[in-house]
Amino acid sequence: MLEVKDLHFTYPTGVEALKGINLTIDDGEFLAVMGQNGAGKTTLVKHFNGLLKPSEGEVLVDGVSTRDVSVAKLARNVGFVFQNPDHQLFSETVEAEIAFALKNFGFEEAVIEKQVDWALNLLDVTKYRKTSPFMLSGGERKRVALASILAWDPKVIILDEPTIGQDYQQKEKLQQFILQLNAQKKTVIIVTHDVEFVAECNPRIILMTQGKILVDGVAEKILTDPKLLEQASIVPPQITQIFLRLADLGLPTDVIDVQKATKILLNRLRERS
Amino acid sequence: MAVIETRDLTYTYPGATEPSIKDVSITIDKGDFVILTGPSGCGKTTLCRCFNGLIPHFYNGNLEGKIEVAGLNVADHKIHQIARHVGFVFQNPENQLFALSVEKDVAFGLENFAMPRDEMRKRVDWSLQMAGISELSERPPHELSGGQQQRVAIASVLAMQPEIMILDEPTSFLDPVGAQKIFEVIKELNNKLGITIILVEHRLDLASNYANHVIVMDEGKVVLNGTPREIFTSEEARLIGVGIPKATRMYQQLKQNGVHLKTVPVTTEETVVLLREVLKHA
Repeated sequence: MLEVKDLHFTYPTGVEALKGINLTIDDGEFLAVMGQNGAGKTTLVKHFNGLLKPSEGEVLVDGVSTRDVSVAKLARNVGFVFQNPDHQLFSETVEAEIAFALKNFGFEEAVIEKQVDWALNLLDVTKYRKTSPFMLSGGERKRVALASILAWDPKVIILDEPTIGQDYQQKEKLQQFILQLNAQKKTVIIVTHDVEFVAECNPRIILMTQGKILVDGVAEKILTDPKLLEQASIVPPQITQIFLRLADLGLPTDVIDVQKATKILLNRLRERS
Repeated sequence: MAVIETRDLTYTYPGATEPSIKDVSITIDKGDFVILTGPSGCGKTTLCRCFNGLIPHFYNGNLEGKIEVAGLNVADHKIHQIARHVGFVFQNPENQLFALSVEKDVAFGLENFAMPRDEMRKRVDWSLQMAGISELSERPPHELSGGQQQRVAIASVLAMQPEIMILDEPTSFLDPVGAQKIFEVIKELNNKLGITIILVEHRLDLASNYANHVIVMDEGKVVLNGTPREIFTSEEARLIGVGIPKATRMYQQLKQNGVHLKTVPVTTEETVVLLREVLKHA
């Protein structure tokens, strides 16, 4: 469980990025942190594995304050995939990149091999096993970064903007394995602007603006409230925009994904005919 | 009039065994707003690097076929000659920002063009304003957020008012409202100044309102080339994994269930009109 209690954080430059955050994330939850650029989303999640320590208040991971534990120790349970893969990739081959943390955590050789194969396969980068991460495209590097974290099977997985540079099929795969990880009782936290991606996943959302949490709730409530979204520089999903404009015909206004939208329209058309 | 023309363009990076782009033959007209899309790793960025001469002059490797940009044969001209015509906003803004203040970064290209100081001042202020970052002018770029850096990178290319602007996922770090603003800025440059736009983008839901020409690549080849409507409504686009707008996907699902809308919608606006129509007659 992650507990955030009256968290304030001020960068050395004097910018107060977080202004009193209170939040509890239970084991096995799937949470999307959304909000405008500079709202403090990345700053907040960097507290979850101790990369940043609170200026005031505290962050507890399974009851232990992040102030009292090293990042190395926290990382075993809380994996963090950076927004920019170039901030975390450095090895000569994709394979070595993925094996690196496993070696550091002291896994046995056989386990390392198995986990590397599993992660390569999961992220569809097996063919690049012997390639330098820096020869890959932006989207592929992003997947390697993800694979290197998933390989050691942390309990909590934080993904900062995981859909950047990913095409539609990769996004669908990403969605599937996030849901799969979540089904395995992993806590998954994504920081994202990608409303269409969130709409298809339907997680709990916290909407941030200017260092504070504006609202905390389910996707179907939050993504269908244009006034709320506007305050956080988010645009409703296209399906929601369509349904909001058809509200006068008595259609529901809390629709965010294509499947449900189609179902509602078909039912409506059948009723009438 | 063609501003970019390639014939059977094939390129292999040094040390690579396979070409990254194969037999690419395309024509981009002056004033086009092009979306270049396709699965990750399909060769989009590589093709863009040919448009401003980074390939072959910076990356070396083996370039075959013909490419002409703004009337210049790319193979025979230096990068700085091509840069006068082609501005490039990189996928990763950190790859292009280096100065100690945002303002200096934005002014750098103009300094290299030896622009008079007064005019440079005007241009820098204008492009900062267009990108919505006037208040960041004194800040060091490396201390900014990913989204803010992306705006600085766009401003620094905007400042040069190139004939052709290439933007490689220029809004990936931006929130949706921020992204929409950037797309609107780009559209305005396209409309008012006639700048040819080449936008590499996966988020077609957002971008499809702005383009008149879509090019889809897969495994190094151009597989689809046409208007947004032609592309988004084609079965191939779905199979290749192009992120067709949700509205278009809903249309497809309705069609599979026997509900036919009059035309294939791409934008929200069109969908609302079409749905009203069928719901009224139901």
